[in-house]
Amino acid sequence: MSNYPKPDGPTLRAIYEKAARIQFNDERVIKEIKAGKLVMPFYSTRGQEIIPAAISVSLTDDDYVNTIYRGGHDQIAKGFPLADYWAEIAGRVTGACKGKGGPMHLTYPAKGIMVTTGIVGSTAPIANGLAWAAKLEGKGRVTIANFGDGAANIGAVHEAMEGIRVDGNDPDEMYGVARWAIDRARAGEGPTFIEATTFRFNGHLIGEAGGYMDKELYAASQTRDPMPILRRRLVEEGIVAAGELDALDASIRAEIDAAVRTAYAADYPDPSELKVDVLVDAIA
Amino acid sequence: MTDPVKMTMIDAINRALHDAMEENGRILLLGEDVADPEDGGVFGATRGLSTRFGEDRVKSTPISEQAIVGAAIGASLVGYRPVAEVMLMNFMTVAMDMLVNHAAKLRFMSGGQTSVPITVRTMTGSGLSLGGQHSDFVEAWFAHTAGMKVVIPSSANDAYGLLRSAIDDEDPVIFVETLPIYWAQGDVSFERIPIGRARVCREGSDLTIIAYGQMVPHSLTVAAELAKQGKSVEVVDLRTVSPWDRDTVLASVAKTGRALIVHEAVKEYGVGAEIASVIGEALFGQLKAPIQRLGGAYCPVPFSKPLEQAFAPNADSIGAAATALLS
Repeated sequence: MSNYPKPDGPTLRAIYEKAARIQFNDERVIKEIKAGKLVMPFYSTRGQEIIPAAISVSLTDDDYVNTIYRGGHDQIAKGFPLADYWAEIAGRVTGACKGKGGPMHLTYPAKGIMVTTGIVGSTAPIANGLAWAAKLEGKGRVTIANFGDGAANIGAVHEAMEGIRVDGNDPDEMYGVARWAIDRARAGEGPTFIEATTFRFNGHLIGEAGGYMDKELYAASQTRDPMPILRRRLVEEGIVAAGELDALDASIRAEIDAAVRTAYAADYPDPSELKVDVLVDAIA
Repeated sequence: MTDPVKMTMIDAINRALHDAMEENGRILLLGEDVADPEDGGVFGATRGLSTRFGEDRVKSTPISEQAIVGAAIGASLVGYRPVAEVMLMNFMTVAMDMLVNHAAKLRFMSGGQTSVPITVRTMTGSGLSLGGQHSDFVEAWFAHTAGMKVVIPSSANDAYGLLRSAIDDEDPVIFVETLPIYWAQGDVSFERIPIGRARVCREGSDLTIIAYGQMVPHSLTVAAELAKQGKSVEVVDLRTVSPWDRDTVLASVAKTGRALIVHEAVKEYGVGAEIASVIGEALFGQLKAPIQRLGGAYCPVPFSKPLEQAFAPNADSIGAAATALLS
């Protein structure tokens, strides 16, 4: 891994900020579901925050990302505005998709979040087309296709891509390899397949305990929670003062809280919306 | 306005693609073997286009229907207008996730933030001894999926005009080309034909035959035969299967009082059932006879020639059904 770019202090701080927003948001969604305030399938990304955080610090709003139902981390890392996110998962008309997509189809093209799919293995074929368009445009846009290990068995995912395996919980490795691959793609030198190993802390979805998880593996994963590890490191290496980190965490939580309150105060979509956005012209 | 030119349906399709690409630099083509080094498509529908417009815009792909339709969707999300070729309609089954879960739904699920203006050209039809996995008409599946349009031309002229409109359309359009009439000649006037509107291609007063694709020329043959016996048959070419032109169909059946719906797809649960139901709801009490449907037999398309000929409606079976309705 020594030949890949290294994240400097400000980059590590930026990775932490994105990762913390992902973690706190994930925890808040679970809290709202358990309180009965949200009724939705939620596929937690707890434990996997570093991967998209370390990728997206090298991306701009012009770069594209496709992700899956377990995609909150990818979306938030790419800059999905929390107010639009929360209104959408609460099914409100003010949501990014007017409440018609929901948690499994969160879309926000202004930040390059083009497709969120509920179908395993479907991000890569569509990413191919986004990348084709970007290549024709010639402006150096990069396309990221995210998927879990289950999708690696889907035939359409297998293309001629350079493959690299990294520790997805290690911000240095993850940033370095992602940065290298992104720079390569931006220069028109082709796609890269990054296998980022990590651990999903929660069950498949909230409400399903994950009883099939190997108990020893699970226990070991908890000792390697990447979030407290990165937080401690930022302080120990003098990158961010402890007080400043506390203030950062508090401001992220306040931002989420405001998004939640604004979402709940908004209206649900009118039933007439069933005839809108089906085809280009409203259904008669 | 250009003078009409006599050409085959396949040449009309080639010309429509050419004219569209000439007019709009954001129209792209992709599919198996569509570029000239691979012979411009298995039937030559795209021949000459990669030479004219370059292989950046006309891409031969691997044999992966998911990848073909997926790439078309992706490029369409950001301002391009891809025309994907899925060689045969049965191969659409391999791309059903991309077509049904993605192409048809992204506009709605994104609340209108994204849309998928793609055209998927696909070929099919019994009569070429291709058997059960290379001959099916499955347009009802797509017509049953909210968020996409389905077009099936019956002539070279309609193929040109409807394909131009399909490419212009802001929604995904499934464009079904009927192989047995691929090489039939017709006058082509090089004008766009609107999607969603049927055409009364022969006027009559005693019976309306509603058909599309190859069933239209068969129905016209029947109407000409029955005219000799003093029977007046109106033939409506649906042109667009979804969204279909209720107004034209209902106006015709209100006039004639009798309806026969014909398609090559298996009759059970087919497009004809929907049309018959809407006619029944709208014109109950005005009909002089029960609505009749003709469709393919309820079986996979068979290989053996006599079986294959017995599978789909033809002029004989349409004529018999029409005569029975009129007696």
